[in-house]
Amino acid sequence: MRKFIVRRLGYSLLSLALLSITIFLFVRVTGDPAVLLVEPGASKADLEQVRQQFGLDRPLIVQYGTFITSLLRGDFGQSFYYRTPVLDLYLSRLPNSLLLAVAAMAFSLVIGIPTGIIAAVRVNGWWDSAGKIFSLLGLSLPSFWVGLVMILFFSVFLGWLPSSGAGTPAHVIMPAFALGWYFAAAHMRLTRSSMLEVLGSEYVKLARLKGLPEALVIVKHAFKNALIPVLTLAGINLVIMVNVAVVVETVFAWPGIGRLLYEGITFRDFPVVQATVLLSGAMIVFVNLLVDVLYAVIDPRIRLER
Amino acid sequence: MAINTRAASVALPWRFAGVHLSGFPVIPTAILAGIALVAIFANVIAPYNPEIGALGERFRPPFWQTGGSEAHLLGTDHLGRDVLSRLIFGARVSMVVGFTAVIFAGIVGTALGILAGYLGSWVDQVIMRVTDAWLAVPALTYAIFLAAIIGPSEMNIVIILGLVYWTRYARVIRGEVLSLKERDFVRLAIVAGCSKRTIMKKHILPNVLNSAIVLGTLMLGVVIVTEASLSFLGVGVPPPKPAWGLMLADGKKGLMAGYWWLTVLPGACIMLMVLSANLLGDWLRVKLDPQLRQL
Repeated sequence: MRKFIVRRLGYSLLSLALLSITIFLFVRVTGDPAVLLVEPGASKADLEQVRQQFGLDRPLIVQYGTFITSLLRGDFGQSFYYRTPVLDLYLSRLPNSLLLAVAAMAFSLVIGIPTGIIAAVRVNGWWDSAGKIFSLLGLSLPSFWVGLVMILFFSVFLGWLPSSGAGTPAHVIMPAFALGWYFAAAHMRLTRSSMLEVLGSEYVKLARLKGLPEALVIVKHAFKNALIPVLTLAGINLVIMVNVAVVVETVFAWPGIGRLLYEGITFRDFPVVQATVLLSGAMIVFVNLLVDVLYAVIDPRIRLER
Repeated sequence: MAINTRAASVALPWRFAGVHLSGFPVIPTAILAGIALVAIFANVIAPYNPEIGALGERFRPPFWQTGGSEAHLLGTDHLGRDVLSRLIFGARVSMVVGFTAVIFAGIVGTALGILAGYLGSWVDQVIMRVTDAWLAVPALTYAIFLAAIIGPSEMNIVIILGLVYWTRYARVIRGEVLSLKERDFVRLAIVAGCSKRTIMKKHILPNVLNSAIVLGTLMLGVVIVTEASLSFLGVGVPPPKPAWGLMLADGKKGLMAGYWWLTVLPGACIMLMVLSANLLGDWLRVKLDPQLRQL
């Protein structure tokens, strides 16, 4: 078990190292990094100072050393626009992103799980086809368009919901829907296939043979087991939601990490953009590691593999 | 009996490359073909120049609404540019960016996937670890980062999307190659003295092409949405070029005033194209590649 965790941890650290190397190299290979690291409109002297500060004239390997040690110390640089350390800025926005992600997740599960179950129980029936169309629409509609059309309807035409900002529960509804829509479709698909698999298993057959009512078989025997992969995916997706909300947050002016990234590009605030990418990579690598380890704890077969 | 069915299948025009056309998604294919035709003949069809507007004609609604006129069938935007013309030229941007990016990512990803899967050992380790690392960051975030570095232009968007999405191909193709290389025809080729290069080119590549095509079709939708998102955020196709994502960003300026056509129409175009690509991809997946059915 310990061997498994150590190996898995090693892979995760390797992933992070490779990610930081790619990001580091992209910044330096595609042009003059000083231009990116200095405020727009800076003077020649400022450029020179940045070159000195980051040692941009030194060998790449030395530069990478400085880059990675400052990252490990939690120093992601200073935001040009806000004049504060990027990490502070990021952490101050994180709660908003989490709130939005949790709301979107709740919505996607409330929609995704029941429709998935109905589709599996009535496989190839009318409900199943409706579910297929729903999931196809969910996966095909760009979330920002869903958001814009909702603003048009519920804010402009009907005047029911605020079109942007944060603060009250009413502000969360539309962004959560726009963000959760895609994931609802994904959760529905997985619930359906997971239910189908469980419904075909021996213990469900046995439960049926025992003469249990179908409703009890589905709720007590099938549903509980089918839920495990769905909840795992939901856990990973929660972290992904925090990191992919950039368009939705921009549409609704929701003050989360995505919005921070958007501000980073519009104000040409490069340290913010770089930190957001690195931290979102780190977050996702970490959650994947967590899920793998938890799975290994639950299921010994996994840790014996390879 | 076997000979009989083969003869019959050759006679049927509805069969090509061993694929039955039952359940062929006619409407999605027609929509994609339609968009492609519109994109090709954009300068013939479009009634106006999509990049030049008349400020006196700003925010005209579509013709069926009061205030609209036959002169601008689908209305005008905040600069008085004809929405229909912009949608027509936008099809060109989406098609060109979508297809080239998918092909670019496909070539890079398939090549690396074959190398990783067939050569194994350290080549495999390096390629797959890089793939894992790149897959850790959400595609859109990564694309935004790259766009912030190399700056927006149509060409750069293609490069960025290619750089972001090759990993998806590499993963799947590598998996296929791993099982292919244990098959008899590959072993025989080794015995016959083929070089690794020849085996990868002549024996492996043709067998993973189906998967690559299926993936490519499914990726088309993803790529188009990503391009639209980038343009929407201002790091995609630079204005005044008429891209659908850019039109949505412009449409936001008239959103609170209720100028719905600026938001609904470009988004509907994106949706139609993505939905069609997904339906076609789904069908191809089931038909061409039984192994991918579980995806």
